[in-house]
Amino acid sequence: MAMRKILIKIIPLAVAALAVTPILVIFSSALQPRGDLWTHLIETSLPSLTINTLSLCLGVALGTGILGIILGWLIAACDFPGRRFFSTALLLPMAIPTYVFAFVFLGLFDFSSPLQLFMRNKFGIPPFDVRSIWTVCLTMTLALYPYVYVMAKAGFTTQGQRCLEAARTLGCTTQSAFYSVALPLCRPWIATGILLVLMETLADFGAVSVFNFDTFTTAVYKAWYGFFSLATASQLASILVILALCLLTSEQYLRKQMRFTQELSHFNRIRLTKSKAILACTFCSIIFCIGFVLPVIQLIFWALDTTALELSSRYVSFSTNTLLLGVLAAGVTCLGALALAYAARFQHNKATQWIISLSTLGYSLPGTVLAVGIIAPVAYLDNLYVDIASLLTKQPVQPILQGTIFVLLTAYGIRFMAAAYGSIHSNMQRITPSMDDASILMGVTGWKMLRKVHLPQLKTGLLTAALLVLVDVMKEMPITLMTRPFGWDTLAVKIYELTSEGEWERAAIPAILLILVGLIPVLCINQKTDSV
Amino acid sequence: MKSLFYSVLAAIISFSFLVPTTAHSTEQDEIVVYSARKEHLIKPLFDAYTKKTGVKISYITAKANPLLERLKAEGKNTPADLLITVDAGNLWHAAESGLLQPVESKTLTTVVPENLRDPQNLWFGLSIRARTIVYNSNNVSADELSTYEDLANAKWKGRLTLRTSKKVYNQSLVASLIEQHGKDKAEEIIKGWVDNLAIDPTSNDTKAMEAVANGIGDVAIVNTYYYGRLMKESPELPLKLFWPNQKSTGVHMNISGAGVTKYAKNKAGAIKLLEWLASEEAQKTFGALNQEFPVNPGVAPSEEVKAWGAFKGNPMNVKVYGEKQADAIKLMDRAGYK
Repeated sequence: MAMRKILIKIIPLAVAALAVTPILVIFSSALQPRGDLWTHLIETSLPSLTINTLSLCLGVALGTGILGIILGWLIAACDFPGRRFFSTALLLPMAIPTYVFAFVFLGLFDFSSPLQLFMRNKFGIPPFDVRSIWTVCLTMTLALYPYVYVMAKAGFTTQGQRCLEAARTLGCTTQSAFYSVALPLCRPWIATGILLVLMETLADFGAVSVFNFDTFTTAVYKAWYGFFSLATASQLASILVILALCLLTSEQYLRKQMRFTQELSHFNRIRLTKSKAILACTFCSIIFCIGFVLPVIQLIFWALDTTALELSSRYVSFSTNTLLLGVLAAGVTCLGALALAYAARFQHNKATQWIISLSTLGYSLPGTVLAVGIIAPVAYLDNLYVDIASLLTKQPVQPILQGTIFVLLTAYGIRFMAAAYGSIHSNMQRITPSMDDASILMGVTGWKMLRKVHLPQLKTGLLTAALLVLVDVMKEMPITLMTRPFGWDTLAVKIYELTSEGEWERAAIPAILLILVGLIPVLCINQKTDSV
Repeated sequence: MKSLFYSVLAAIISFSFLVPTTAHSTEQDEIVVYSARKEHLIKPLFDAYTKKTGVKISYITAKANPLLERLKAEGKNTPADLLITVDAGNLWHAAESGLLQPVESKTLTTVVPENLRDPQNLWFGLSIRARTIVYNSNNVSADELSTYEDLANAKWKGRLTLRTSKKVYNQSLVASLIEQHGKDKAEEIIKGWVDNLAIDPTSNDTKAMEAVANGIGDVAIVNTYYYGRLMKESPELPLKLFWPNQKSTGVHMNISGAGVTKYAKNKAGAIKLLEWLASEEAQKTFGALNQEFPVNPGVAPSEEVKAWGAFKGNPMNVKVYGEKQADAIKLMDRAGYK
């Protein structure tokens, strides 16, 4: 019994320690001052970078929030023809990485696109530049809204029928019941979704650099790649981390006094009237078409042009590597997140809250910077091991950590903890504390309680978490690039290699394969969560 | 649910401790390469070398700076023997950070021209990438063009397209201008360029050329291989290549190159590979894979590249690009070049 109690305390702590280490490494390397660079940054680019970053965050948060809530509500709470199809279809843009979205957007609309050529020849419209803050926001909104949608859908689905019924008995219309009951009850989900989107936006480098839109992240890379000052890059990255921390704490503060628990009950969807159903169907179709069909068609056209040049049997192993890493990382990350969510449930103290917040910050860091924070301690441990072991054995010893799957999976876990934790924790809040009390009374405690009582009720949350991490890992590029073992090239790595020299058309083949591989988890998992 | 939970757990544990075939010298003469040059541009060469000599080559490709960071962190336990990267600035920084070791090789010092390698023989150029001017032949005649510096002239107002200043190729070009003219004059030139821009800087050279081809701007500064690739895809585009500064300093030249790592486990093997990469046999492919110019003066470039005509290159030692890189970026920031 005592042993069990200690384990329950220690496991979340270990997870947190692992997750916090790279962030501490980055913070500590940020401590070396490099004053001249900062003066230069403040005098030249920093003000405009700040404005760019904040407006991008605001735009994308608004865009994904509105789109995600509307779609989540339509799919979870309403009934109209095509609902089942759209339930999955609207998730699909998630399988397309943001940077792929960005270069497809330019391919479709910029001055050398068929569309502009047509407008020029037919109507004499002169060529124009489509890159602007609006189009960056639009592209990122389309690429990221599924995060809010999937969360909102889970929230609306698990909130059950009773509150809505009660509201309507008390005289609310459907519309006012939505605003005053459903929406507030779903807040942990929606907030988690938008938080994920914001963190992803802060960390994004690929999409903004396709648009040559300068943000904090591009400045981080410039400080590092251009000025070769990892210290300045870390300082800038630390600002991103602090920003994310502020977002996290304010959300926690806002939801502190609230309870979101819910008895599971059957949910009757609202049947829409004919005109409303047509409207809902059209809206979903439009989003699905511009968010998925259009980019995929463009990619297919490019892929057909470059098949002979690029397609080879090696793509089989790239695809299996991608899927395998995704599945393993999803497993590791969900286990870690479960441990943290458990700690949050049973240890109501400030310290636990802080530890958890810190553990999820990896999501807001640019991937490459986080990778450095991981590589440095791993190499340190390896070097220490080699020194000690070779001293003891008097023989040359090989390092044991670097270049192993173990390091790569840990890195993924640290990077995507927020995605997994968010959905598991939100789901856990639906389970009433009286359930725990009841099971304790019946002598079901510890592991048994987790297995018998919580896990079955956490199905939606766990599967959503697994889906998010899986798809995120498959799209992940910088960490894979830097920590993968020899020969473990993935589709995202291939896309990087081709796009970094501007061969966007050629990158269409790995991009399409990435989308196809990404469809597997999206289709499998969504069916399971939909039936709740 | 329960069985799923346990099987996931079991799978993860077994997989994460399954140490894959790392390059920890399973074979005695294996060479480990860290490469910032893209896989499809080096793999054919590695395959050819393995076929010829039987020596296995393991490699990881990634961006240059993360690779340098990885080398630094791994220290004396690094598995890497050879570092291959693009841009002289990156090689210079690798040498500055003490990650490379000098190589005494008669072969290398004779075939690689002096300005394309490190004076201490820490790294050697393997291919030349010329950064030159491309123009829209419908709107510009070749005799209007002369130098990089001239593109700052007001006659080019609204007619110039450039790639972002965040790309190292532009940083190196500006570094060479600083070396040539001093900071003040260089800043004037860059400010002139920015004043003449037709659109916001593009994210890559191809987009800059496409803008010019579509009538947004008339001239662009690009690496020749991007021009070669674009014209191969769309030969109908009204784009022509121009060699600038032929009466003065010569065309700006950058390199891709390599150096043996300081803690190479297989130093002899790495040097042999490096020498082979600079040899006639490999140089033909090395440049041709990406339409670059061979460093080895004894080797002629591919037919396509030859068709662009001969030119005078800038004899400046490329290490300057590394030394002046920070100055160049600061200068471009001040000039408002995004």
